[in-house]
Amino acid sequence: MTAAAPAAFDTAPPRRRTGLLRRSMGHSGLVLGGMTLVAIVAIALAAPLIAPHDPYNQDLAHRLIPPVWQAKGSWEHALGTDKLGRDYLSRLIFGTRISLLIGTLTVLISGTIGTVIGVCAGYFGGKVDAVLSYVVTTRLALPVVLVALASAALVGSSLEGVIVVLGLLLWDRFAVVTRSATMQVARSDYVAAAQAVGCSTLRILVSEILPNILNALIVVATLEMAHAILLEAALSFLGLGVQPPLPSWGLMISEGKQYMFFSPWVIAIPAAALVLLVLAINLVGDGLRDVTAPENRG
Amino acid sequence: MALLEVDNLRVNFALSDGMLHAVRGVSFSLERGETLAIVGESGSGKSMTSLALMNLLPKRATRRADRLVFDGIDLTAAPEARMRSLRGNRMAMIFQEPMTSLNPSYTIGNQLAEALRTHRAVSAAAARDRAVHLLDKVGIPSAAQRLNQYPHQLSGGLRQRVMIAMALMCGPDLIIADEPTTALDVTIQAQILHLLADLKNEFGMAMILISHDLGVVARVADKVAVMYAGEVVESAASRPLFKAPRHPYTRGLLNCIPVPGRTAPGAPLGAIPGQAPTLIGAQRGCAFRDRCAFAAAECEGDIPFVAVAPGHHARCIRLNALEAAA
Amino acid sequence: MSETLLELRDVTRTFELSQGVFRRAATLTAVAGVSLKVRRGEVFALVGESGSGKTTLAKMLLGLLPPTSGEILIGGTPISARDRVAVSRRVQPIFQDPYSSLNPRKSVAQLIALPLVVHGVGDGTERRAKVLEMLDLVGLSRRHYDAYPGQLSGGQRQRVAIARALILRPEVVICDEPTSALDVSVQAQILNLLLDLKRELGLTYFFISHNLAVVEHLADRVAVMYLGRFVEERSRAGLFASPRHPYTRALLQSVLTPDPDLGVPDTRIGATMAGSDTGCPFHPRCPSAIDICRTAAPPLRALPDGWATCHLVETQEAEPVP
Repeated sequence: MTAAAPAAFDTAPPRRRTGLLRRSMGHSGLVLGGMTLVAIVAIALAAPLIAPHDPYNQDLAHRLIPPVWQAKGSWEHALGTDKLGRDYLSRLIFGTRISLLIGTLTVLISGTIGTVIGVCAGYFGGKVDAVLSYVVTTRLALPVVLVALASAALVGSSLEGVIVVLGLLLWDRFAVVTRSATMQVARSDYVAAAQAVGCSTLRILVSEILPNILNALIVVATLEMAHAILLEAALSFLGLGVQPPLPSWGLMISEGKQYMFFSPWVIAIPAAALVLLVLAINLVGDGLRDVTAPENRG
Repeated sequence: MALLEVDNLRVNFALSDGMLHAVRGVSFSLERGETLAIVGESGSGKSMTSLALMNLLPKRATRRADRLVFDGIDLTAAPEARMRSLRGNRMAMIFQEPMTSLNPSYTIGNQLAEALRTHRAVSAAAARDRAVHLLDKVGIPSAAQRLNQYPHQLSGGLRQRVMIAMALMCGPDLIIADEPTTALDVTIQAQILHLLADLKNEFGMAMILISHDLGVVARVADKVAVMYAGEVVESAASRPLFKAPRHPYTRGLLNCIPVPGRTAPGAPLGAIPGQAPTLIGAQRGCAFRDRCAFAAAECEGDIPFVAVAPGHHARCIRLNALEAAA
Repeated sequence: MSETLLELRDVTRTFELSQGVFRRAATLTAVAGVSLKVRRGEVFALVGESGSGKTTLAKMLLGLLPPTSGEILIGGTPISARDRVAVSRRVQPIFQDPYSSLNPRKSVAQLIALPLVVHGVGDGTERRAKVLEMLDLVGLSRRHYDAYPGQLSGGQRQRVAIARALILRPEVVICDEPTSALDVSVQAQILNLLLDLKRELGLTYFFISHNLAVVEHLADRVAVMYLGRFVEERSRAGLFASPRHPYTRALLQSVLTPDPDLGVPDTRIGATMAGSDTGCPFHPRCPSAIDICRTAAPPLRALPDGWATCHLVETQEAEPVP
């Protein structure tokens, strides 16, 4: 009976959604960073197919050949060889796998830990928040590199070790950001409505809170990924991360430091690769933040 | 000469979807000491109109007008420096949100004195004296002690009074009040409106009051302009507008409001079906026609702003049909 | 005589506010000793301004916040905080801000179906049918089924919120200022809708508002709340014809009807919102306060259609509101 009358009152169609994809395409930083990142991931996935040589193959007769743009270089070894005669281009290509592996696995571990802590602290408040904030503050007081040093001394250093250590250490920014984002979202009426509907706490955290803090979370994740990659490079440089003969870029820099003045490309090339990867990740992170922020306003 | 003359004011925003025509040819005039109320719902362009007068529009907005003259000064041609010398000095603005309109890092006294000393070369002591005098006038107890307080130490009603005092520091000729009482409790609202009316009379100021609340407007305004979808659809002195509204939107709006003692409790209110159109892209014809019970084919053409009585205008070509049906 | 569906017995809610590590926490009394009865099919309106405690009261009625003392009964059965799920089938909210009450990441269909999902009602097909039925009921086009809140206007969002609240056919709906954030023309649409739905579904409303004109239009009974306490509770007709508490009188005087012949009323009540620990909490602002108001708490005076707590109820008898 009454269905007819109110229906006549609101026949306006929903507004068109301002396309996320379209906005992303318009953001130059996001496009640039995104394409670079996709290229690097593609290289990592196709490494065995595109690398000209075996990265572990030592050829002591052809040590320290300079890259192709210098006098004694050749296309045989386009980026030259290192002190053990291993092809630099191949090592660089396989190095993308290590950097990306470290970046993603570390972020998965630290992101999970940090988000759980942050969301619980933000949603439950009170004593829970006080205890968890204390834990976060304690963690912030720890110097990451020294703890990694100590862990390496205890456990021995390796790729898996680096991932575990960094994963267990780098969750602080996740916790801080998700905590404040959660506190803001938890105040919303839709959370109160979900509680009033009878939703369990778990359902509220997963279904109401988490999707709405995803923006902030993704941005932090990209930044922490860059952070983890740089830290691994630093640790490997110090001899406490990945062990030779793995082609980690940090290790390549470390192994080349003696030749810094005579053959600067030994350091410059992996360093440039690191800068490029970290820059791409940061551009994507900034771009995602810009593109998704106003979207929330509807 | 009128204090303020506005003729064919237009404000556009360039959006990714197209051009948003927020204000589409608004015209009105204001004499000294008069109160003009601009009434409209969200999206009507009323706030944009007030910001356009002071040239405080956001960067993406463009403003055009055939005439925009304040006390003989052409505002369309005035450079930013000139506008700055007018703002807070000859024309002052009171905003809606008392919580965010005051700077939380500075004392009340500091902000009040700044409002005066930006435009007048007076000593700090003289500025302080005037601040105390005005805080007293706006009904804030212990005015001298309040000067050293911070905004967060005051309630919403008191903050709004401070905002009013701040607007008065330089003795402006025109006050623009954008929803000054919407964020306040109902009992405080009446007091603030009462205060504004008293001060206006005492200082001989003109006021532009922007509001969506027809009750507030009826009690306070001398003349009223009703805005819908970026245009003024009806303008008249307060009494004729409320006693004999002519435009179907104005009538619809007045029918929507429950009035204790007049509307039958429990009976359906006279609602206006549908919702306001989006103003993106070229606009043609009457913006209200999709919601109007009297719309006809001619409503798609140009709608002139016709005089229905001396000083009473409406933007509608179906006025006779409305009268016949009434 | 219809049954009492919702009852509060001397409900109080206090909050501890931390004053730092070295000082004792301050106690904020948001709701103090509130008792009321709402009958089935009634619209019970609660009028209060900011700081009155009405939002805290609403949360307690929804089972989201337990009272510090006192009892809340639904259909005669006391509820406790652990009964949140059971309470949710009988009591549902409609909130004030349509921009904050819908999860922006969920579609309209997901939002409206949430109560069905949580309570395990029906399978996918049945839920879809129920959601579409609700869209029809609240006057939204079926085109909105897959839309997101960001694409809807304030009025449309509020309709979605109403659909969500009613899909489980609750008995009581707590309306917390459901139209205050909407434009005037949309407000009328939503109020009409609420009245229609009440008749059609046999609902009982607990309607919180600061807008007395709206309250006069909808309510059967009205209670006025000030600083956590009820100061007057009357039938609608009685309260508007002859209010007995000075605060109620001031509220009614502050209602600005669109009458151009009247000016702005001077309500003569003070500006300070701070209450008082001794005597009547309203006395610092009251234009009619006398000596006893400062020292003794006002008694509850019964009236033919309710009660008021004021020392001056008798003398206020025959004065109509101008």
